[in-house]
Amino acid sequence: MRKLFSLSLLTLATASMFAGGYRVSIQGQKQLAMGHTGVAVVNSAEVAFFNPAGMSFLDKKFNLSVGGNALLAKTRFQSSQFNQTAATDNLGTPFSLYATYKINDWVSAGLAVYTPYGSSVAWDQDWVGAHLVNNIDLAAIFIQPTVSFKVGDVFSIGGGPIFVQGSVNFNRNLTPNPVLSNNGSGTDVTLDATGISASGYNLGMMFKLSNKVTLGMDYRSEIIMEARGGSATFADVPTIAAASFTNTTFSADLPLPAEFTTGISYKASDKWLFAFDYNYTKWSVYQSLDVQFNNGLPTSINPRNYKDVSCYRFGAQYKASDKFTVRGGYYIDESPVQRGYFAPETPRNDSVGYTGGFTYQVNSRLGIDMSFLYLHFDEVNNSYDYFDDPTTTNGLTSFGGTYKSSVFSPGIGITYGF
Amino acid sequence: MKNKFIIVAALAIGFAGCEPEFENEVNAAYSSGEADFTRYVAVGNSLTAGYMDGTVCRVGQTYSYPNLLAQQFALVGGGEFTQPSYADDVNNLGGFAGTPGSTRLIIDASQSRPEPIAGTPTITLTPQAKAYNNMGVPGAKSFHLGFAGYGALNPYFARHATTPTATVLADAMTKNPTFFTNWIGSNDVLAYATAGGAQANGVTPAADHNATGNLNPATYGMNDITNSTVFASVYTNIINTLTINGSKGLVCTIPSVTSIPYFTTVPFAPLSPTALGGAANINTLNAQLYGPLDAVFTALGEPNRINPLTATAANPILINDADATDRSAQITGALTPSLGAPTAAAFGAVFGKARQATSADLVVLPASSVIGSTNSAAPAGININGVTFPMANKWVLTATEKARVASATAAYNTSIIAIAATKNLAVADMNAIMNKLVNGLQIETNSIYTANYFSGSSTEGQVLFSLDGVHPNARGYAVIANEIIKVINSKFKSNLPLHNPTYFPGISILPTN
Repeated sequence: MRKLFSLSLLTLATASMFAGGYRVSIQGQKQLAMGHTGVAVVNSAEVAFFNPAGMSFLDKKFNLSVGGNALLAKTRFQSSQFNQTAATDNLGTPFSLYATYKINDWVSAGLAVYTPYGSSVAWDQDWVGAHLVNNIDLAAIFIQPTVSFKVGDVFSIGGGPIFVQGSVNFNRNLTPNPVLSNNGSGTDVTLDATGISASGYNLGMMFKLSNKVTLGMDYRSEIIMEARGGSATFADVPTIAAASFTNTTFSADLPLPAEFTTGISYKASDKWLFAFDYNYTKWSVYQSLDVQFNNGLPTSINPRNYKDVSCYRFGAQYKASDKFTVRGGYYIDESPVQRGYFAPETPRNDSVGYTGGFTYQVNSRLGIDMSFLYLHFDEVNNSYDYFDDPTTTNGLTSFGGTYKSSVFSPGIGITYGF
Repeated sequence: MKNKFIIVAALAIGFAGCEPEFENEVNAAYSSGEADFTRYVAVGNSLTAGYMDGTVCRVGQTYSYPNLLAQQFALVGGGEFTQPSYADDVNNLGGFAGTPGSTRLIIDASQSRPEPIAGTPTITLTPQAKAYNNMGVPGAKSFHLGFAGYGALNPYFARHATTPTATVLADAMTKNPTFFTNWIGSNDVLAYATAGGAQANGVTPAADHNATGNLNPATYGMNDITNSTVFASVYTNIINTLTINGSKGLVCTIPSVTSIPYFTTVPFAPLSPTALGGAANINTLNAQLYGPLDAVFTALGEPNRINPLTATAANPILINDADATDRSAQITGALTPSLGAPTAAAFGAVFGKARQATSADLVVLPASSVIGSTNSAAPAGININGVTFPMANKWVLTATEKARVASATAAYNTSIIAIAATKNLAVADMNAIMNKLVNGLQIETNSIYTANYFSGSSTEGQVLFSLDGVHPNARGYAVIANEIIKVINSKFKSNLPLHNPTYFPGISILPTN
């Protein structure tokens, strides 16, 4: 295993990467422990997310996987130029629920509920980057009824519609410039939208090349979260500007990009399973976050200019005994944020993920899954150079410095099947 | 299985405790270099005291550039930095108790104009009898720093002079500076410039002692220009005193007045045809006043001293130029046949030194509320300031007066740079820095700031000057502190961080006052 990892490190040494943005790749305890591979792995009901086609190859008639993680993300910021420091520690709780049922030999049905996008970042109110973000809480629950068809013994396809329920809460100051300030607290706006509905689909194919080798391919469509009629609430507005900054509603679109995954798994023996996944995420759909206010205020244009990114995932599973299975994984995740667009609302640069975990099989039906993820980020000097300060008429204001993040996420889940 | 669980749990806790750490702490590279900031003392005038919006106030003082410098010095061994106490400015109004209208200026949005903030000033002259690290004394000229008993002339120094006969410089030296900044000399020309080259009565010309050759500052009037030889001499003494213990320091040059909003805001030709009452009114003015005066001046070989008003463009204001040739007798003579002797004599007295302003003249900021108003002291019929009655000397820094200021400023700056060189001091060229503001100064975060004043709410956020038009606002002082830090870093091989001016307040705007 170590040999495989070091080999993969060598081949990818030139690609310094991480899957950033507000994508949270924690969709199942077993697969997360294997580096979040899974497009060609048939392990548990988790396959309903990774590749719906795989449901057809599950041995048991009924499979259930439920789990959750504590996502501890820490980011530190400092600027030696201006002697500024800031820190934010955030807790997220991604969860997933997967159930599959084999109706007959060639068709299986399932339900997947998961949270692949989310962002929870809270800096201190009125910190030095407050004009970009004070805090953001973005949540989206994906509900995916799924069906899978087996075509012959070695090929299957599967898929299903995705119904998304989302919410966003975002607070930032209007300007770094205390011209607009009230007793030292910066004038800020809170954008809040709940009950945002959207839909898309998930489609996959799986091909068993041999008893040992499985190929998989999955496509999850782009979903645009259209926030309409959310509330925009202004606080600490100086009396002089009270007439302009009245509470109102807003409209904004937040894209959840399409993701294409292909991969291979290799069952080396009864005990060993190796997997590789390649993700390609079409982040370039996220060009700008434009917030339209319905009270005559000018539209807030926030260029993002994200780029498409790749992620390379490696995982291994070792079945030590009937009771005990151990897993490990590693991945290289590229950030979609380009130089000069590094905003503290998603302070993500390229990262490397290390994962591990195990399953303790209580009996033939019930198993307990544990996983952990550690994301390593190199420290990065970057800035957001496109803030158009409303209190000045010329020049975009840059905010930047050195960022260093780390993410740690322990998780627990159960697997039940018969 | 239990053992393995423990291992995983231990691993989990280990990672959870894993704090993101930078390779280098934010302050890792900060250093004082060759300088020693243990005891920093600032000497200077209002600019050093943190004067803004026409006064020193409790909060404004905290934004003085020496205080901003001291905050950065403290990162590399700088000690405590004290400033004169303004604890008695309870409501942060500035001004002086017993002087109504002396409070700090704000913009009253309901009136769209600057006004002293409403309220009763509470700053008293109670002697504090204490030397401070910030020895910036508003109003001080170069020769005042060594003037025994200056407190009797200046209420700001009276508040903190250690004894009634103390000098600013001696009080500063009791702080035993290891590092100093000195930005003195602006008032040696600025008092003359802001007064439009007039004495306190607003009419009589103030003296330029580079022309008079008077080398005794004790005999100088308040608004006179200091002789540049005198300046060089007192400046040498100041620097010799400050460096007597071998301390390092920085001096600032004198900014040119042409870059500050006090002189660049009010145009020389603000009289639009509409403001003059339209074409009919302009024809009347030309027929009865501008035409006859133009004829007299043209006949005397000064064809452009006054020209008829035009109905198609903005017209220059009428001013009294103390340096113009006096034509009162000729005007009286020429107008006697049409107006009669008494009226003609009155016209002669009023317009004898009159001319129209040109683009080479600078109209001072307070003139904006005077132009076009009725002058109660003027004869009826010719009593509209700037239109039918020439603006008094104090409202305009004429081209001639401006040249005197520029010449003296250049001489002072030559001396400052030369004297600084003898002691190997750093020089912050404030003249060059302030001049950048005219076209816009781009700071490190790419934001652009200007001296573009009163061009509406859209630019109020990018102005670095306070409402008095002479002194920076808090953001402007942060820019000045940054420029000084850059010079210190370069001269003394230190590494001090900058302030981010964007986070400092600009102009105060209130809905009503």
